Amino acid sequence: MDRPTRIEIRNGRVVDPVQGIDRVASLYIDAGRIESIAERRGDFHADRVVDATGCVVCPGLVDLAARLREPGLEHKATLESELAAASAGGVTSLACPPDTDPPLDEPGLVEMLKHRARLTGRAHVYPVGALTVGLQGAALTEMGQLAEAGCVAFSQADVPFHDTQMLHRALQYAGTFGHRVWLRPQDAYLARGGVAHDGEVATRLGLAAIPVMAETIALARIFALVRDTGVGVHLCRLSSAEGVAMVRTAKREGLPVTCDVAVHHLHLCDVDIGWFDPLAHLMPPLRSARDRDALREGVLDGTIDAICSDHAPVDDDAKQLPFAEAEPGATGLELLLPLVLKWAGEAKVPLADTLARITTRPAAILGIAQPSLAAGEAADVCVFDPKAAWAVRRESLRSQGKNTPFLGFELVGRVRWTLLAGNVVHEGRD
Amino acid sequence: MTRNPQLNANGELTHLLTLEGLPADVVTHILDTAEPFVSIAEREVKKVPLLRGKAMFNLFFENSTRTRTTFEIAAKRLSADVINLNIGVSSTSKGETLLDTVDNLCAMNADLFVVRHSQSGAPHLIASHLTASGRTHVHVVNAGDGRHAHPTQGLLDLYTIRHYKRDFRGLTVAIVGDVLHSRVARSLIHGLTTMHTAQVRVVAPRTLVPTRVEALGVEVFNDMREGLRGCDVVVMLRLQSERMKGALLPSAGEYFKHYGLTVDKLEVANPDAIVMHPGPMNRGVEIDSAVADGARSVILPQVTFGIAVRMAVLSIVAGN
Amino acid sequence: MTTDALPDAEAALATLAERMQGAVAHDAALVGIYSGGAWVAERLAARLPGVHPLGFIDVSYYRDDYDIAGLKPNARRTTLPFDVAGATIVLVDDVLYTGRSVRAAINELFDFGRPDRIELAVLVDRGGRELPIEPTYAGVRLAVARDLSIMLSRDDARGTLSLGVGPARSRDRAEPRARRAP
Repeated sequence: MDRPTRIEIRNGRVVDPVQGIDRVASLYIDAGRIESIAERRGDFHADRVVDATGCVVCPGLVDLAARLREPGLEHKATLESELAAASAGGVTSLACPPDTDPPLDEPGLVEMLKHRARLTGRAHVYPVGALTVGLQGAALTEMGQLAEAGCVAFSQADVPFHDTQMLHRALQYAGTFGHRVWLRPQDAYLARGGVAHDGEVATRLGLAAIPVMAETIALARIFALVRDTGVGVHLCRLSSAEGVAMVRTAKREGLPVTCDVAVHHLHLCDVDIGWFDPLAHLMPPLRSARDRDALREGVLDGTIDAICSDHAPVDDDAKQLPFAEAEPGATGLELLLPLVLKWAGEAKVPLADTLARITTRPAAILGIAQPSLAAGEAADVCVFDPKAAWAVRRESLRSQGKNTPFLGFELVGRVRWTLLAGNVVHEGRD
Repeated sequence: MTRNPQLNANGELTHLLTLEGLPADVVTHILDTAEPFVSIAEREVKKVPLLRGKAMFNLFFENSTRTRTTFEIAAKRLSADVINLNIGVSSTSKGETLLDTVDNLCAMNADLFVVRHSQSGAPHLIASHLTASGRTHVHVVNAGDGRHAHPTQGLLDLYTIRHYKRDFRGLTVAIVGDVLHSRVARSLIHGLTTMHTAQVRVVAPRTLVPTRVEALGVEVFNDMREGLRGCDVVVMLRLQSERMKGALLPSAGEYFKHYGLTVDKLEVANPDAIVMHPGPMNRGVEIDSAVADGARSVILPQVTFGIAVRMAVLSIVAGN
Repeated sequence: MTTDALPDAEAALATLAERMQGAVAHDAALVGIYSGGAWVAERLAARLPGVHPLGFIDVSYYRDDYDIAGLKPNARRTTLPFDVAGATIVLVDDVLYTGRSVRAAINELFDFGRPDRIELAVLVDRGGRELPIEPTYAGVRLAVARDLSIMLSRDDARGTLSLGVGPARSRDRAEPRARRAP
């Protein structure tokens, strides 16, 4: 295939949070790198011109949690399908959790994953390695070797960490070598068997429940360990108002913690389970409207650093079951942008600030270079139409997982082109 | 799903999944329809040909000989064909998903599914699948799903109360026992509040009271004597032995001491109060034999009414 | 057809009783089909000489239109205070039209036992039969258009019967109900 190397993205609204740029201009790309942002140039002989009139041109999105299901869970999704979904969602860098089969606790697995991802050429994949062997919470993984193979951080994915002493030691060890640790704040015992938020809805529907305490007690434990070890921790998927308040206090205290929220939790709450809709079965569970509002407030005031998709493609057989038996999770890579724009529109957040939460801040948490459209930077670019409405249907999703509580909704914000290192990896047809 | 999944496009009851959200006139209609069916049980020929030619499948994913038998009797008295399917504990134990099983049975011309499942929401899943696949002539009746609902039990409880007490509006009803895990309690609460019962109380230790249960329209009592004071109806729930694990309760003996219904505890209720129990009873755990077999107990009539109420439910939904 | 052209129900009842007197077996049971037939049966029991057991039958569960119209509300109790097996029964209805209610009543009677003989007495025979059923005794014969319905009503205070006419009650629902595909 003859790949064009000189590309002009013409006449879009160029928004670069890092450089503080927000104006209508053209973006010039050569040999995989940004050459310049300028008003229309006559001297740039482009191999390809992309007409971005009416579109926003910004750095490719960075997603902190996208499950690609390889290795081992190919009946749910494959690298090919999910990275195609990433490109369709304008995501050029993503971190994948270690809960594959087998879990990412061996350097060989990590290398294979990175290699396969590189071959698809669609997005930069940053694996998060397992903190303990097999995610069992008993023995530490060889974090040094895993980091060399490409892991940017270590976590237990959604597997609970029962033994506080073990967790303490894992933090100390990781901290010795400067490895990042990501943790889900959920107490294993209080969450045991629960599938929904402990409140009126779960009581009415007769669903086993997870109280907010499962999150706050876990947070208290983590903060005590952080205080003791001085090791920074990234908290994954806050779900409650009390949780946000605790993080706010911890940050004020100066603890080295960051946190994220799944984009679904900014919009939905437990009432959206309706009549046992398994598409609304998520982990952590959708909590009350009050919790949702506090999460939105937390993103607004910066207590919550980043928004992620928490992408989890699930096969129909595993979803179309009674609520508690249905596998939790929602497909999200292609919905991240429109759902973030929806929140921003409702909360009246300016575009550059909005995009920072899915580009600059997640990149900082990952420890990768700031995504920017400055000259010389790799041309990872997302071009989207902020006004385009589209219906979320099984057919309109590239992900192999069609499991989203937004099925049937109309969302606004559609990616038209995605470029990775100057190559067009997605071109929207509609 | 914005529309009530139990009603069809004409607003008629096409499935019975839960008492929650059923209008009072629909509930009253079911109770009124049950009345003549009680007398059919007293005839020599206990059958009427109403559902002749219709195939009813008892889909029981959770064992229950009692409930399954009463539905079978009810269906046979309506001349329906009854096929019993006792699928193992897990719907995938045969390698077939729940919805695949439903699809296969529909291909065998099923008209009615009576579903009991250990998971809340299973009958709703089946009903929405039937609607989504255009099978509007197939009906689902919930015979108990997880902790969520047991609507035919709720209806027969309402029938029983109406039979002995006439008007719900002046009544104080106490539901005693493991409300947290009880689908019987939830359905009865919805039914009673729908029928404008004056006061609905739950009586249980804190470990067995669901979060924010007051939002369902009940008053919570942890002390049984306080809870039974001035009651017209006392409904005792069955206590399952599993509750003794997991730190919910220490022992059956201690439970009986605080929450078991004895003649002594019953004295604080109104003199003409009736005693109900969904069955099967654990004598000496939640209820004393003296009360269960006593003058105020209407536990056996509940069973008779149960068949008539189920005949009414099957007749109504299968005809819509 | 207006109410004026309708025959007087009391007069029709008198004619019916006259025709039955002497023809009906002395020990025949009178069974009225709810609700109009029940009123007529009560009046006949009072007028006819001799003692005839009086029963009432509700045909809601034996109708043939369950798939079209669903369960009729307000079913009443069938009461037959005599042994159906071996009995001579006169089924009584107010208006005989298609014959389907009578068919249902006969089926229901047979669920109680095997009668020796069943006769049919109707206050009004309006024709329009869809089944091969004919009355043994009829008070009056009328020709009525298919889009009209003839109803019997009873004055609560005095118990007098009167006939009325109205638009035909549709048996079918507003929307055709889904039927199982063959």
